[in-house]
Amino acid sequence: MQSLALYIHWPFCLAKCPYCDFNSHVRARIPHARMIAALRRELAFEAARLGPRRLTSIFFGGGTPSLMEPGDVAILIADARALFSAEPDIEITLEANPTSIEAGRFRGYRDAGVNRVSIGVQSLRQAALTFLGREHDAGQAIAAIELGRRIFPRISFDLIYARPAQSLADWRDELRQALSLAADHLSLYQLTIEPGTQFATRHARGEFALPDDELGAALYDATGEEAARFGLLPYEISNYAAAGAESRHNLAYWRYHDYAGIGAGAHGRISLVDGLFATRRHRAPEVWADLVEREGSGSVEETGVSPADQAREALLMGLRLRDGIDLAAFAARTGLGIDQAIDQESLAACVEAGYLTRDGVSLSATAEGRKRLDSVLAVLVR
Amino acid sequence: MSNTPTSHIRNFSIIAHIDHGKSTLADRLIQLTGGLTAREMTEQVLDNMDIEKERGITIKAQTVRLTYKALDGETYILNLMDTPGHVDFAYEVSRSLAACEGSLLVVDASQGVEAQTLANVYQAIDAHHEIVPVLNKIDLPAADVPRVKQQIEDVIGLDASDAVEISAKTGLNIPAVLEALVTRLPAPSGDPDAPLKALLIDSWYDQYLGVIALVRVKDGRLKRGQRIRMMATGASHPVEQVGVFTPKMVAMDDLGPGEMGYITAAIKTVADCKVGDTITDDRNPATDMLPGFKPSVPVVWCGLFPIDADDFEKLRDSLGKLRLNDASFHYEAETSAALGFGYRCGFLGLLHLEIIQERLTREFDLDLIATAPSVVYRIHRTNGATEELHNPADMPDGSVIDHIDEPWIKASIMVPDDHLGAVLTLCNERRGQQVDLTYVGTRAMAVYRLPLNEVVFDFYDRLKSISRGYASFDYAMDGYEEGDLVRISILVNMEPVDALSFIAHRSVAETRGRSICGKLKDLIPKQLFKIAIQAAIGGRVIARETISALSKDVTAKCYGGDISRKRKLLDKQKEGKKRMRQFGKVEIPQTAFLAALKMDA
Repeated sequence: MQSLALYIHWPFCLAKCPYCDFNSHVRARIPHARMIAALRRELAFEAARLGPRRLTSIFFGGGTPSLMEPGDVAILIADARALFSAEPDIEITLEANPTSIEAGRFRGYRDAGVNRVSIGVQSLRQAALTFLGREHDAGQAIAAIELGRRIFPRISFDLIYARPAQSLADWRDELRQALSLAADHLSLYQLTIEPGTQFATRHARGEFALPDDELGAALYDATGEEAARFGLLPYEISNYAAAGAESRHNLAYWRYHDYAGIGAGAHGRISLVDGLFATRRHRAPEVWADLVEREGSGSVEETGVSPADQAREALLMGLRLRDGIDLAAFAARTGLGIDQAIDQESLAACVEAGYLTRDGVSLSATAEGRKRLDSVLAVLVR
Repeated sequence: MSNTPTSHIRNFSIIAHIDHGKSTLADRLIQLTGGLTAREMTEQVLDNMDIEKERGITIKAQTVRLTYKALDGETYILNLMDTPGHVDFAYEVSRSLAACEGSLLVVDASQGVEAQTLANVYQAIDAHHEIVPVLNKIDLPAADVPRVKQQIEDVIGLDASDAVEISAKTGLNIPAVLEALVTRLPAPSGDPDAPLKALLIDSWYDQYLGVIALVRVKDGRLKRGQRIRMMATGASHPVEQVGVFTPKMVAMDDLGPGEMGYITAAIKTVADCKVGDTITDDRNPATDMLPGFKPSVPVVWCGLFPIDADDFEKLRDSLGKLRLNDASFHYEAETSAALGFGYRCGFLGLLHLEIIQERLTREFDLDLIATAPSVVYRIHRTNGATEELHNPADMPDGSVIDHIDEPWIKASIMVPDDHLGAVLTLCNERRGQQVDLTYVGTRAMAVYRLPLNEVVFDFYDRLKSISRGYASFDYAMDGYEEGDLVRISILVNMEPVDALSFIAHRSVAETRGRSICGKLKDLIPKQLFKIAIQAAIGGRVIARETISALSKDVTAKCYGGDISRKRKLLDKQKEGKKRMRQFGKVEIPQTAFLAALKMDA
């Protein structure tokens, strides 16, 4: 039976963060009942066309999924378990914001079946939290982490670094504090200016500057060093975990396995009878719900992905992983050999420069290669 | 009108430095003689091209026929031949002057004589012109009429006591200019009954009328319907239209001796109209030809490449169209590893180059890269063969070269004496040899021999900046001389970038090599792989810079399953690479070449 990772998008936030380009909306009153009903209907719709699947993970992302009622989360998990064959060790993650967390809600999510929580801490420094537009303070963040550790078997949190004027020493300091709070997984992202965000406008106006590529590289190297001292290793470009503690859901993306995405703005890659399809739901929550209510699904795009594009996507995602791409799995998934998908001259140049390694089993980017992966991909991928 | 006796014809040109008021004066003359109605008068009627109007220069010769009732009560035909003022167009000037008997020398009464004026005045003297000095802008507070008169006498050796003092701008004393033309210039000579002899002064392509030839009749009559013969090419054509410019085109029945005008004669291409040829009657031909013109020879060459490779065809067509109206520029196909397909183009000088480039951009909407201008070298091979080299990239291996000759110029530079020191230093830096140094009041005139390749390299701009814009400059070609010249190749990751190679004197090779490597280092963005930039003479590296590999370039967060977007970004990145040129593992954005070449190579 083919595996499936399930992504459920909750598109609401209390406020829009200035760096965030995810599909999130601020509403005076969130229409919980309507949204949950639509999610349930869309889940059933998706299950009907996917057929029997081994469900390996569920991920509640957003937006701010910790704004969902724990009872609603329980309903959706129960639906998923009923529609698919959940693996015994299924990973069920919910993203949470330190502001919307209190002990009661956390217990509620745990009781609903969530066994992993990912907290959007972003920083442990007040000035940075203010700059990033976060509504919580460092104290709330620490409290949320500690609470999460008591309640959930697995927990991760996010930090954003390479912020304007952030020094190497400051970051090491902040990161060490974070590592002392962490369990066995952390997501450590360098700040990226995404088009269309408030930061994009402010950055273009010159209100702040980001570290140059050299400082960015130094910060990245320092991050790896500090995390390693706490036993967390970079299994993906921005994700650090102890062995076995990797996010199984995110691994499904990076390994280019099937994942279904439901909810406003969610993306999916699903194998149907006539091939692999890219799916995309309408971004506006109310329009999405209308569509679901009318047609069973809020999908606005269902595009077949050609073998060549599958190969390209598998490369884009797979080389982010430390372990790289399993060549046999790549061929089985895309129907193409890796050599049909990459430029051989660029491969040779990247191997010579120490950016890529390739043997009979796998193709992977070295630590140096992962730091420059966008440029590597630009020359490598056909 | 067509039977005007030669005694009532005056043919003249106007010689002036840029900005000294030639076009304004021409406009006044046209206005005063009623060539155009007030409504038709646009500023600077004769400069048709936008470029001419904007830069205040004349590129192509034009004629205007003025009808003037003089104080003696007689009506005269005054043919004004408007000529280019810049040295690059000296060839056009000499043609125009050959069609006239006299010139107005227009000098700005506040500025005085400039270097460019000199060369053209000397050409007019060589053409046996009667010259009438005209002092313009006498209304300006800074005008110093006695000083400028003195200067004309001292520098040019012309009697300026009878100079006509005017203000073309305000219209002051313009009738005196018309009167001086009648009374002081000689009438043309010519025999109306002799076989036709007319000088072909210029030709151009008009999209409605086809090829138009500008002519000056010496003997006989040129009539509509007549079958004419081009004496040099032997081609014969029936004349379709005969006429004059007033400056509007006005058809006439014929043109007699001393007259200037145009003909159209079902001539297919401008190439069939050899400028300087003698036009005669096909059935009653003249026996001997008029003295023609020396053909123009391009002295500066550069490569022109479309920034967008898809524009190559458009560039070819555009060059073809420009060439129809400007036989003095040459082009041949060229391929560059760095810049793709383009053309190697030859020009009369740097201004000519700039103008053609600007016209291509403006009139034909082309985005172009021009390589550094190069002069024409003569390569003497060890086997005794000699060849001309237009492109540094084509320079043969040093082992087969016996020696190289380079073109020299004789330059006249006029400059206020406070800036003279700086100008002399510049000339000496550029391997100049002083020929003469004279003073006129507080202005000095330095005459230098200079290698032309030192002048195409950033000379004008330096001269302008060190003299705060006061120096004026003019030159004439002055033969070839052997030079210790080397080709400097620029290598990116060991691969030569043909478009950036250049030839320089050995004494400056290293400095220039270092400078271009330094510039490229700043212009080429960091990339996935380390980049070595080298300047080399033959196999010897004379300068080197390294651009380190970029340290970090990766999307931090790739999540949420939106792979399509990531794929689109990759496609965009790949699309961007089409504008890059590959050198080994390195891709250099074309914009970097553009910038490197803009910065005076």
